Amino acid sequence: MTETLFLQFATAILFIPLISFLVLIFFGKKLSDKSAIVGSGLIGSTLLLSLIIFFSKINYFHNQTFEYTFTWVDFGYYDSKINLGIMIDNMTAIMLVVVTLVSFLVHLFSISYMKGDIRYSRYFAFLGIFSFSMLGIVLADNFFMIYVFWELVGLSSYLLIGHWYEKTSAANASKKAFIVNRVGDVGMFTGIMILWSTFGTLDFEKIFSLMSLGVIPFESTVWLTAAGLLIFCGAVGKSAQFPLHVWLPDAMEGPTPVSALIHAATMVAAGVYLIARVFPIFTADALIVIAYIGAITAFVSATIAIAQYDIKKVLAYSTVSQLGYMVMSLGVGGFTSGFFHLVTHAAFKAGLFLGSGSVIFAMHHVLHHHNDHHTDPQDIRNMGGLKNKMPITFWTFLIFTLAISGVPLTSGFLSKDDILAGTLAFSDLTGHTIIPIIAFTVAGMTAFYMFRVLILTFMGSHADSHRIDGIHESPWQMTTPLIIFAALSLFFFYSPNPTNASEGWFYSAVVRPETAVPENVSASSIESFEEAVHHNHGKAITLSLLIAGLGILISFATYYWKKISADKILNMFPKTFKFLNMKWYFDELYDKTVVWFTMTTAKVLAWFDFKIIDGLVNGTASVTKSTAFGSGKFDNVVVDGIVNLTAYTFGFFGLIIRTIQTGKVQTYLAFAIVGALMIFFFFN
Amino acid sequence: MTFTVSLNHFIFVSAILFSLGIYAVLTRRNAIMVLMGIELILNSANINFVAFSRYAGMDVNGHLAAIFVIFLAACEAAVALAIVLNIYKQFNTVNVDEVSTMKD
Amino acid sequence: MLNLYDYIFYFFAIVILGSSFVVVFSRNIVHSAFALLFTFFGVAGFYVLLSADFLAITQLLVYVGGILVLLLFGVMLTNNIVNVEIKSGTMQTLPASLIAALIAGLLCGIFYVSNWYLVPTTPELLNNTTAVAIGYAFITTWILPFEVASVVLLVAMIGAVIIARREKAPEVE
Repeated sequence: MTETLFLQFATAILFIPLISFLVLIFFGKKLSDKSAIVGSGLIGSTLLLSLIIFFSKINYFHNQTFEYTFTWVDFGYYDSKINLGIMIDNMTAIMLVVVTLVSFLVHLFSISYMKGDIRYSRYFAFLGIFSFSMLGIVLADNFFMIYVFWELVGLSSYLLIGHWYEKTSAANASKKAFIVNRVGDVGMFTGIMILWSTFGTLDFEKIFSLMSLGVIPFESTVWLTAAGLLIFCGAVGKSAQFPLHVWLPDAMEGPTPVSALIHAATMVAAGVYLIARVFPIFTADALIVIAYIGAITAFVSATIAIAQYDIKKVLAYSTVSQLGYMVMSLGVGGFTSGFFHLVTHAAFKAGLFLGSGSVIFAMHHVLHHHNDHHTDPQDIRNMGGLKNKMPITFWTFLIFTLAISGVPLTSGFLSKDDILAGTLAFSDLTGHTIIPIIAFTVAGMTAFYMFRVLILTFMGSHADSHRIDGIHESPWQMTTPLIIFAALSLFFFYSPNPTNASEGWFYSAVVRPETAVPENVSASSIESFEEAVHHNHGKAITLSLLIAGLGILISFATYYWKKISADKILNMFPKTFKFLNMKWYFDELYDKTVVWFTMTTAKVLAWFDFKIIDGLVNGTASVTKSTAFGSGKFDNVVVDGIVNLTAYTFGFFGLIIRTIQTGKVQTYLAFAIVGALMIFFFFN
Repeated sequence: MTFTVSLNHFIFVSAILFSLGIYAVLTRRNAIMVLMGIELILNSANINFVAFSRYAGMDVNGHLAAIFVIFLAACEAAVALAIVLNIYKQFNTVNVDEVSTMKD
Repeated sequence: MLNLYDYIFYFFAIVILGSSFVVVFSRNIVHSAFALLFTFFGVAGFYVLLSADFLAITQLLVYVGGILVLLLFGVMLTNNIVNVEIKSGTMQTLPASLIAALIAGLLCGIFYVSNWYLVPTTPELLNNTTAVAIGYAFITTWILPFEVASVVLLVAMIGAVIIARREKAPEVE
């Protein structure tokens, strides 16, 4: 592999999904059922190329960064240029594999999941444009390109969530996702503009190197912090962080494979990827804000997840919670562990969503078979005892659940444990003890609610057992992705030692970049942080094992052995349960504040328009009318007399001069030319 | 003045082309012929641009001006012909002197 | 002494002027349109003589390929095809010929007496292709006119379509 070959492969990876989109959007009708094969095949080829890039990059070009940049617009002045370009470093290589792998497996899964859908080919076309835009974010080497693809991701997510737009809830959910994302993007755009006005370039490398030479926005570290936080706003929107997390659970209205692709593994990870990509520009203050936002998100959504009955809603809130984990980890300085969690989480959460998709698919079919259209196929209270009917789905689901709960021998344990050690180190270094407390609490809650889903769905017996008669395992296109994801959720892909991830390839491939901000506002150094992490490693393992075990135990005691009655607890705290079940009333809060405010402003303005402005206009009109009546008399008699006299005079001359107005354009033009010539002669 | 070609030769040709164009615009009654005259005028201007750019040190800015003229000519031809077609529909003639409702 | 370059120049000058005379003075509009083809072609030849290779190609593409075809369409669509005599009259010939002669004399006089500022060029510069320099100038110093031009072109296209469109489809019995 040479540098050119790397860049050519990367370009091919970027554009093949776009080709898939174009082919399917224009010829989808003709291809009909074959469109799935076209889409999957093209994405599969990008997966192959990504794997080639990944293995040769990690094995042979470990420390090199490949970059290809060209000037797109040269403004000519002040040496300001907008460049476009792609960059391949280890982080990019890993993300390429994550995105193309998940995308390919989701394509495969969708072949049978979406069978018979009225917009079958369009669905695959949209998957293609989504992959294109996501790969664009991953490969971008400058803010401009990342912003363009960022918006494209928003668009394709809108299209995919609203795939079944005949359903009002799906249409609303897609609009909500789009608008809430815009709120974050405004911040991101402002942040990029601050950087542009300071540096006159948008390339990451140039900005970082200028910044480490001491160039900072408006010579003020406050502006630097502000720029970092504004760019973080984009990540808040896209990665569904508090307070903009409300769109992600609603986005579950889209088809389940879409949820696996977009809302579990890739698009929501884009925010985390952005934070990691621009990590050097964050000051210590900005990182603390990021850590707290992540922690709050993780906690809030974990509490909500406990009280949900819809299997996809639980998974959605668990995603938000895990994203909060990653953001928190980056905020505390655990760069590698946060990014590591992004990769491991992508595998097991995509697996969880596809597993739930498999269950919903089976439930849907069996309910359809029984002509039962009232039972919700997504409600976990209607499931139970599926273990023997769907063995592959069950066993893979079990592995994913173990991974997300942080049980040893899984990938989730490796990354989660390291994040927890990072939070402990952070509290040691800065004294923010609340962050590790939240982190450990969330770890326990995650174990609890994930096993709740597992037990209620697969174990025990069904309340109404004949309802699930005839339920059977999904076809191979759906189970193969599950098995692959389950394999990827085990530890040995990432590290030879099941208790310590830092011995694996990942930790040598992705290292925390040196900060570019001035020393007096930068976070604690890499060495001191790693020292503290090392110090806290044992403590973190012990505590996290204890807490995860406790969560799993409570879950089994409540839902499997029925030693603790869930209903009794619910009846003891009905208000709390309602509060959690209604998602902390965030939607209602936003309805009552932001939406209400907008609507009221609009109403007030409308009232102002109708009453005051129209009143003024009407008042003016009636005043004018009466004045006009008076002056009309004057006009008719006096003024008209004068005017008529003048008119007669001019009419007389006009009759004479009229003869040269022939109405022919050319005559006028001839006069114009003669005039121009005369001017020339007079002023010469 | 010699017969060996210099800047003057080019711009003389362009001057004659220009006055021919003016003559066509002023005399022809058919609107399309008027358009052709305009094309002649624009072409003569273009020859000037390019000739001056060639004899002033081969500077491409003259070429750019000529390209903009060509593109404007394209716009003009498209819009003008659309208008001529409309006039033809309205008056059933394209003779500009008969289309003189402005006079009345 | 006249060399090959000069002969070619005179050839093209004769083509341009001769065909433009036909354009202007021919009574038959179709003849005029075809003579215009030769004028455009001659101008393109001039561009080649002036080392403007890119412009010469553009001239052929846009004028001969585009504008001339448009004009011919105009002729076809606005004259009754049944009416074989596609003739067009003239008017105000006397004042117009005076004006045209005046302009020609004036311009030639000015050109003759003016002392132009000339810069000698090297053969390399003349033999180089201009496309690279033009392209570069378009996206640097001339980027604003270039973008505006694209918008104008779009507006002209939409405008032409809207103007030429029929308001109502003819009723088919």
